[in-house]
Amino acid sequence: MFGLMLVQMSSMRDALAEALLELGSKDPKLVVLGADTSVSIKTSLFADRFPDRFFNVGIAEANMIGIAAGLALAGKIPYVSTYSAFVPGKCLDQIRNAVAYPNLDVKIVSSHGGVSVGPDGASHQTVEDVAAMRAIPHLRVVIPADAPATRVLIEESWKTPGPFYIRLSRPSVPEVYSSRPDLKVGQVKVLREGTDLAIIACGVMVSEALEAGESLAKEKISAEIIDSHTLKPLDADTIVSVARKTGGIVTAEEQNIIGGLGSAVAEVVSSSYPVPISMVGVRDTFGESGEYKELMAKYGLTSKDIVRAAKKLVASR
Amino acid sequence: MEQTQIPFGMLLQKAVKIRTHILEMLAEAKSGHPGGSLSAVEILVSLYFYKMRHDPKRPAWPDRDRFVLSKGHAAPVLFATLAEAGYIPVSELKTLRKLNSRLQGHPDHRVPGVEFPGGSLGIGLSAAIGMALAGKIDKKDYRVYALLGDGELDEGETWEAAMAAPKFKLGNLTAIIDRNGIQQDGLTEQIMPMEPLAYKWKAFNWHVLEVDGFDLRQVIEALEKAENMRNRPTVIIAHTVKGKGVSFMEWDPAYHGKAPDKDTVKKLVESMRQQ
Ligand SMILES: Cc1ncc(C[n+]2csc(CCOP(=O)(O)OP(=O)(O)O)c2C)c(N)n1
Ligand SMILES: [Mg+2]
Repeated sequence: MFGLMLVQMSSMRDALAEALLELGSKDPKLVVLGADTSVSIKTSLFADRFPDRFFNVGIAEANMIGIAAGLALAGKIPYVSTYSAFVPGKCLDQIRNAVAYPNLDVKIVSSHGGVSVGPDGASHQTVEDVAAMRAIPHLRVVIPADAPATRVLIEESWKTPGPFYIRLSRPSVPEVYSSRPDLKVGQVKVLREGTDLAIIACGVMVSEALEAGESLAKEKISAEIIDSHTLKPLDADTIVSVARKTGGIVTAEEQNIIGGLGSAVAEVVSSSYPVPISMVGVRDTFGESGEYKELMAKYGLTSKDIVRAAKKLVASR
Repeated sequence: MEQTQIPFGMLLQKAVKIRTHILEMLAEAKSGHPGGSLSAVEILVSLYFYKMRHDPKRPAWPDRDRFVLSKGHAAPVLFATLAEAGYIPVSELKTLRKLNSRLQGHPDHRVPGVEFPGGSLGIGLSAAIGMALAGKIDKKDYRVYALLGDGELDEGETWEAAMAAPKFKLGNLTAIIDRNGIQQDGLTEQIMPMEPLAYKWKAFNWHVLEVDGFDLRQVIEALEKAENMRNRPTVIIAHTVKGKGVSFMEWDPAYHGKAPDKDTVKKLVESMRQQ
């Protein structure tokens, strides 16, 4: 069933722009900030429609976050957006002290997360952002699986007071969801029921996990596939009950396994219902130049890598 | 030391060669940044083939002058220059941005001759200050050059560095600004106004020079003047045109980060060779 749906590819940046346009027309408090990447990220569409509510601060990410904090303190809901290498890369302090500590309504949307960024290379790819953002109190961390999920989760971030870090991918990615998935911040989405193990993924790795689920089914391994788009607050209840039901978990993420989704799952499972966890993700290394699919293969971020981890996990029991 | 200086009259030919490499590399890679690579060609030619003391056979030579490409997205101009100077084979240029290549989208230490991994804008001038300070500690007479984009100047760190260099009396440091008037989203004066740019640097106590960044004589003269300043860093504001040498790219912000296709480049290179 998912095999058919995976064919459709679409852009998270388009979805971001559409969501901001729609929310911008509903809510005059919504403002958008850019840092000289707004044409690339398509927030320039918001700028065209609402020029009075868009601010391009130039290549000055720290300043952008600080300005957003001030806007939020004065009653606005700022969405700030640039490449994930630079937000949070350039402005951990501003995110920590100006936004998260006072728990402000600033929504950070970072595009070009992970290594799927492609030929720009390591300086423009991120493996560390998720761990850094997860470790900041108050901050919610969300990684949508595809464009429809992006659209919905951006709306959810607008409905939910407080600071967000929302991480998007640069390339067009396979659609996991139909037009308007029912997603809630802090709640996982079970995409396929299974009994032998659970595969918990986020971001572009969700479609890889679904593909892995199909391959495993052919080999009579029943995998529950879960989209954990919210890494923080993690849906601990569901994840622990899934651990109980399946007895083993594979996590899949497009960032360093140090401090990412796998770590988050381990943090809740280890104290409530310990089961073996195998983590598919970037193994503490920088990325490099290459095409999206080449890099995903080289860094062990494909459905095949998930299948391998799953089989090993099942065999070890 | 290998003789890297070439006769003044031959610098123009180097510039043409490097421009053609840049276009061919980008067409082969199908992505990358032509505009800011093409605007900086004469600046790198003046440095690597006239002014700088360096030895392609000994990239780690402690006494070499250092060049920091702070606007790292202009990697193609640096790689093409390093290839022409003999640091890497010219044939390797076509591997730009490909998986497993040394020639990454932004420069890093895999490539001999690369002094600093630019890419995240705003960091390079600080690193150049560090190199210049080390030169003073070690009583070495090497010079340090940093090339900055004019959009890159938006970054606050640039101005932190701008305050620090005069404090440390870094006469061995020269910053060069590629003043092409364009950044990624559009014109610098619309995205984040920079003018009056020379006054800003003067107010920060720098020795400020302005040149036509395509006039090799002017660029080289400015580099010489900078060297004569013993206790003060110099900034050279090089007025340039983004996309220089390719008529449809010149002044067009779209060609900040859009690679030309192979057929177009073939025609461009032919017409450049005929000139
Ligand atoms: C910190 C940071 N923010 C954003 C980017 C993305 N980016 C790459 S080039 C560029 C514009 C640079 O303009 P400028 O410095 O004027 O360079 P040039 O015109 O010489 O190409 C931007 C925003 C980056 N590389 N680093
Ligand atoms: Mg510029």
